[in-house]
Amino acid sequence: MHILTNYQHHTNDNSPINIDIVNLSVYYGKFRALAEINLQVHEKQITAIIGPSGCGKSTLLRSFNRMNDLTPSAHTEGEIRLDGQDINATGIDVVDIRRRIGMVFQRPNPFPKSIYDNVAYGPRLYGVHRRSDLDGIVENSLRQAALWDEIKDKLHQSGLSISGGQQQRLCIARALAVEPDVILMDEPASALDPISTLRIEELMHDLVKNYTIIIVTHNMQQAARVSDYTAMMMIDEQRAGNIIEYGKTDVIFTNPKDKRTEDYVTGRFG
Amino acid sequence: MLRKTFEHEIQQVKDDVLILGSMVEQEILVSVETLKKRDIEGSRQILELDKKINAKRFEMENQVMILIATQQPMAHDLRLLASILEIISELERMGDYGKGIANINIRMGDQPLLKPLIDIPRMAQRGADMLHRALTAFINEDVETARAIPQEDDEIDGLYNQIYRELMVFVIQDPKTIERANWLLWAAHNLERVADRVTNICERTIFIATGELKEIDSSDDEQRKLNQNPD
Amino acid sequence: MTHFKELITRNLSARSRRRKATNAIILSLTGLVTLLALIPLFWIVGYVILRGGRSINPALFTQLPRPMGVEGGGVLHAIEGTLIITILAASFAIPPGVLAAFYATRNPNTPLGIILRFSTDVLSGVPSIVIGLFAYAVMVKPMGHYSGLAGGVALAILMLPTIIRTTEEMLKLVPQNLREGSLALGAPEWKTSMSVLLPAAANGVITGFLLAIARAAGETAPLLFTALGNERFDVGMILRSGVQAGQSVWQIIGRIVNQPVDSLPLTLWKYAQQPFPERVEQSWAVAFVLIFFVLLINIAARLWIESRKRRLQG
Repeated sequence: MHILTNYQHHTNDNSPINIDIVNLSVYYGKFRALAEINLQVHEKQITAIIGPSGCGKSTLLRSFNRMNDLTPSAHTEGEIRLDGQDINATGIDVVDIRRRIGMVFQRPNPFPKSIYDNVAYGPRLYGVHRRSDLDGIVENSLRQAALWDEIKDKLHQSGLSISGGQQQRLCIARALAVEPDVILMDEPASALDPISTLRIEELMHDLVKNYTIIIVTHNMQQAARVSDYTAMMMIDEQRAGNIIEYGKTDVIFTNPKDKRTEDYVTGRFG
Repeated sequence: MLRKTFEHEIQQVKDDVLILGSMVEQEILVSVETLKKRDIEGSRQILELDKKINAKRFEMENQVMILIATQQPMAHDLRLLASILEIISELERMGDYGKGIANINIRMGDQPLLKPLIDIPRMAQRGADMLHRALTAFINEDVETARAIPQEDDEIDGLYNQIYRELMVFVIQDPKTIERANWLLWAAHNLERVADRVTNICERTIFIATGELKEIDSSDDEQRKLNQNPD
Repeated sequence: MTHFKELITRNLSARSRRRKATNAIILSLTGLVTLLALIPLFWIVGYVILRGGRSINPALFTQLPRPMGVEGGGVLHAIEGTLIITILAASFAIPPGVLAAFYATRNPNTPLGIILRFSTDVLSGVPSIVIGLFAYAVMVKPMGHYSGLAGGVALAILMLPTIIRTTEEMLKLVPQNLREGSLALGAPEWKTSMSVLLPAAANGVITGFLLAIARAAGETAPLLFTALGNERFDVGMILRSGVQAGQSVWQIIGRIVNQPVDSLPLTLWKYAQQPFPERVEQSWAVAFVLIFFVLLINIAARLWIESRKRRLQG
């Protein structure tokens, strides 16, 4: 493990790291969106990425599961090591990366299929076809997502027929069904009402016992409530995204070291 | 600038801290004045002032709670508001010390003072002055001053010891004076506690500015610690 | 500030009255013009129903034509022909059309993608008779005879641009994050397209198919040089004789598609020109059937979409 940081970095505890980002830069064509990002994500903890709009939070998040590959003009330099292995190296199986690192999006996006088929979609991709196996996986995933009791009698109804908050939990169950190690969440509650939001936050507290969670949010109170570690991002003069501070959430929100972080979390940023 | 309303409300609360502080300063100084002059009526007015101080303290506490609930303060703002809750509590207790001295005056009734008061007023002056400067340091987040003021506690402790010895001499010479000596000792003790509380306010000022929360030990605390049995 | 308020609020009631009057006028005008536009539709349908309805009888649907000049007979051959050609055309046009639409949506800026979209636009403007001629050149001439197969190919070419364009438009309407959701689970692009995007776009895509089919079923010109027409075409008879002779399924199908066939529009065209009043009457009846057929397809499409919507809303 290395500490190659050019910013205030004060997690300095010994809890294990499972994702190590080294000098990551992401370009869209000639424009550099992320500049030499260095970050170590702690295993089975919740890490929040905060910062003003347009600072590259989503770009960083999408780098973890190589979703930036879908943008034709995007190209990546640097390494992202998952359990020691660089996921950007040639010859790496992207499908396997995306299984191990799942993603939940800002707007719930259930497929136009039944609830059962939504959750079973992933396992079927990986060759699980026996009904009894799928039944078990579907139930397990829906239970983990705190949705089972609400819809166990409605499994064959369309995934679009349930409420927004339930749809989002369905998307979480869908991601869990393929047994990932890491779950990425891109503003998972921003499209939901406050009660659904709090439910998702409770859910995260349960899930983190078994999964590493990385969440991007522009809601500071949510980041403060939910995360163990927080990384603060901002753009520099070339409009490239940088991490300017990274530490334990308690410290970031009670006594941040960088003035820009202070200005942002107290709402004086502007 | 963003959060203008919040800034404005914070400023108002800080101003209120100064107002409360000057009410407490007054309570301390006047209570000792009335004791020196044996002005019983004056002492009764001190009791009224103390009620006002208590009321204002609760009002301010309420105001701060509202700000915390509605404005989601973070970092510096949070440390400031949380510390203000502590500081007004300290101020209120200091006010109570002044009330105690006023009560002493009232209960002494017709009995004459054991000796003309010199050192006790001096303690009160010093203590009020320390308080005043500590609150100024709080408003300006002046960490250096906040670190320096607690050192003056030694002087206050020195005055207290002096008073103690003098009063002991009186009592040894004439045991019948023990009650009146006791009153005066109690008054002096109250003033010594005022200075200790000023130290707490300074600790809070340093916390607001730097995020460090540490006890500032004055040397008599050190002494007391050493005098205890080392286990 | 009150100065502006005055500006805005002066003459309120007069303006309000004028506004309501203008509303009423424009609405009535729009309604009137709409009715005007509907007149041809109702006129045509009404006239066909009246004129053709007279000659509707069960024999029309069950019998082959009688010799010219003789009363009675039916257009069974044309009905069967239309169905066969339409099924062939749909089978030839839909798979490549859908795949091409997928390609064009995913790669709009590659050379192939650009050529594809341009060609689709050009093809949709080619006159249908030219397409018929083309099918003649590539199928009828080499095969040496007219056939329903060639007719199906001609109609398929006709249907292709519509299918590609509709499918592409419908795919574009599918929200991007549905695709991302599938890819983020580790699904490859093709699986995402097949299992997630296509079902999501299905409503619009199926409507596109049905519209293309309805249009193709009504075409005449391309069939002139390909299917030609065949008054003796009788699927029932082919099936019976084939089964008796012990032919395989493929052989029977081969016999069905490899001979000239008639279609409803083609029959209409022929009969309407003949000097025999029975035939002319029958052509009106065929028109009736055709319109009915198109109506049926549209209604079926509507119903199907509604039921699918209801299923998806739970």
